[in-house]
Amino acid sequence: MENDLNLKATELRLGLPGSDEPERQMIPRPNKRTLSDIVSEGSRSTTEEDHQDTAPPAKLQIVGWPPVRSYRKNCLQGKKDEVEGGTGMYVKVSVDGAPYLRKIDLKVYRSYPQLLLALENMFKLTIGAYSEREGYNGSDYAPTYEDRDGDWMLVGDVPWEMFISSCKRLRIMKGSEARGLGCV
Amino acid sequence: MQKKMAYSFPDEVLEHVFSFIQSDKDRNAVSLVCKSWYEIERWCRRKVFIGNCYAVSPRMVIRRFPEVRSIKLKGKPHFADFNLVPDGWGGYVLPWIAEMAGAYPWLEEIRLKRMVVTDESLELIAKSFKNFKVLVLFSCEGFSTDGLAAIAASCKNLRELDLRESEVDDLSGHWLAHFPETCTSLVSLNISCLRSDEVSFSALERLVGRCPNLRSLRLNRAVTLDKIANILRRAPQLVDFGTGYYAAELQPDVFSNLAGAFSSCKELKSLSGFWDVVPAYLPALYSICPRLTSLNLSYATIQSPDLIKLVSHCPRLQRLLVLDYVEDSGLEELASSCKDLQELRVFPSDPFGAEPNVSLTEQGLVAVSLGCPKLRSVLYFCRRMSNAALVTIAQNRPNLTRFRLCIIEPKTPDYLTLEPLDVGFGAIVEHCKDLSRLSLSGLLTDHVFEYIGTYGKKLEMLSVAFAGDSDLGLHHVLSGCESLRKLEIRDCPFGDKALLANAAKLETMRSLWMSSCAVSFGACKLLGQKMPKLNVEVIDETEPPDSRPESCPVDKLYIYRSVAGPRFDMPPFVWTMDEAVRILH
Repeated sequence: MENDLNLKATELRLGLPGSDEPERQMIPRPNKRTLSDIVSEGSRSTTEEDHQDTAPPAKLQIVGWPPVRSYRKNCLQGKKDEVEGGTGMYVKVSVDGAPYLRKIDLKVYRSYPQLLLALENMFKLTIGAYSEREGYNGSDYAPTYEDRDGDWMLVGDVPWEMFISSCKRLRIMKGSEARGLGCV
Repeated sequence: MQKKMAYSFPDEVLEHVFSFIQSDKDRNAVSLVCKSWYEIERWCRRKVFIGNCYAVSPRMVIRRFPEVRSIKLKGKPHFADFNLVPDGWGGYVLPWIAEMAGAYPWLEEIRLKRMVVTDESLELIAKSFKNFKVLVLFSCEGFSTDGLAAIAASCKNLRELDLRESEVDDLSGHWLAHFPETCTSLVSLNISCLRSDEVSFSALERLVGRCPNLRSLRLNRAVTLDKIANILRRAPQLVDFGTGYYAAELQPDVFSNLAGAFSSCKELKSLSGFWDVVPAYLPALYSICPRLTSLNLSYATIQSPDLIKLVSHCPRLQRLLVLDYVEDSGLEELASSCKDLQELRVFPSDPFGAEPNVSLTEQGLVAVSLGCPKLRSVLYFCRRMSNAALVTIAQNRPNLTRFRLCIIEPKTPDYLTLEPLDVGFGAIVEHCKDLSRLSLSGLLTDHVFEYIGTYGKKLEMLSVAFAGDSDLGLHHVLSGCESLRKLEIRDCPFGDKALLANAAKLETMRSLWMSSCAVSFGACKLLGQKMPKLNVEVIDETEPPDSRPESCPVDKLYIYRSVAGPRFDMPPFVWTMDEAVRILH
């Protein structure tokens, strides 16, 4: 450890980046992502993302970028829900029996299993497996959503892309009540 | 002979002369002339501005300036606005209020920015200062409407209560009713940040009605459009007005009532608010548009055609804040209609969308730079830029003093040539000789910093993100920018060398922020050890910096000059590197 500002430290040269750089140990930290991880987001596969975080699925956004104040972000976001609920970004989630609603950003998820897992974690309940024929029969809870036409549908019936573009809000119903939706 | 002349003025005369000197810089200069001037000046200084609340302690300020009536304090670093400074970092105002309560019983004005203000602080203010007049809480947090109630109830001569962009725990709208019926002194009231759906409207109406000197009134979202007319009719003398929701079903009688109310406000020059606008109600503003100098539509999701129509009615506009829904076409109209324009801010409507949702490009900014000869200040979010456009803007508008460009995707190159934007920003600093504030974005190499260091002699604040190749970049800035006061950097490959080589420079600046860069813990310790007048704070929420090798980069670094020494109100995730190489925590 230097006691003084040594000359080498103050010597600045026009060198190619990376040449004669001091060793830098970039120890990857569990919950943090390097810029390259974040910027090359698009090509990630589902399994990589599942592996990555112990917390809820990582956002595609870099923290604090673009530099828009949260004050402003909140104002815009609130409006998007009212005006463009159909684009499927932030949607309200209600759970039968829970006293208040939550909001989730659908764009963060890539597939139904991811979404259901996140809902299970958020509300501490079990949703179980979806089957085309029987919906969520046998589960305590069944996730439903209101689509652009105002109809309540069972989550999982349509392809994922169609779902996130038409979902306006989610409601997790008690299994007993959802049976009506599951039957075709 | 000259000495005799200097001493022939009694102190009272000098004091009287000094009373005409208002600016902080000039006051500071006066105090440096000689000891007697220092003494006289310090006794008659009434206003103090402290740009970093940790640069000096309350006691030191009180000791030097015993007769202060007005204080302005800033707390958290600017990047706190973008969630880069963890909650609990600091910036508490209570210690200041507590000291001033005893020392400045005649304090009249408190202006705070980015500080943590508790209800306890507000109650203390209400109790301690009998002649309290002005409270401005800009981007503050930590208090609720209970604290506001205390201020409203106790401050008999309150003139200004401005809560702009603060986060308030909105417990109840009834705090407004705590203004006594005898309170008629309000000149400015800004409650636009309050979310409460139940602002006591009748209390507000009565308050507005009995304050004949009210010049500035900014309502919150909860106030619906139909209520605006009532308010305006009680305050036709308003100069600055912020609406609430500007949306309702179009009804002819509501419209004509509103239009009439606006037209009765002959002094109205500035408008803001406009959450949720129904375009059909915009023409209600047309009678006052010719007088408007400032218009904030940055929360209004109205499309370009409606914006164009509105703006074309405002030839005197000096300041416009708007969303990118304005599009290039809207900005072209602005350029042709508003020749007095000095400040333009264009905010993104969909900052996190991957694809552009509006047709706003560099063309809009080029048009404004060409058409508006008085343009000085720009904040512009867009998705593409070119060196050619930046050069054109720089050549058109050498009178720019503030230029903040945010190209939404990091490291975006010139979209025409795919080159870095070094030359473009270089032109900005070269041509705009009075540029005092600059924010960079896009793909940038060390070259841009060379330009900045060479030409940015008046640059006081620089914001950098995802730019540069090596320490040379940082070195150019620190060694070249003579007027630099604030430097904030994120996600750049700047490490130890430039920082240590320019350590002395840091004492001439207010502060330096570096996050997600490559400064090692060892360098931080060295800096803290060698520079006793700097507080070197390492911020890391995941683990203590000394649990890793010294060569490891720190997560976040905040360095600021201070005569107060290290602070003692740090949370567990902040460490100060001090002289004895003890890591204070």
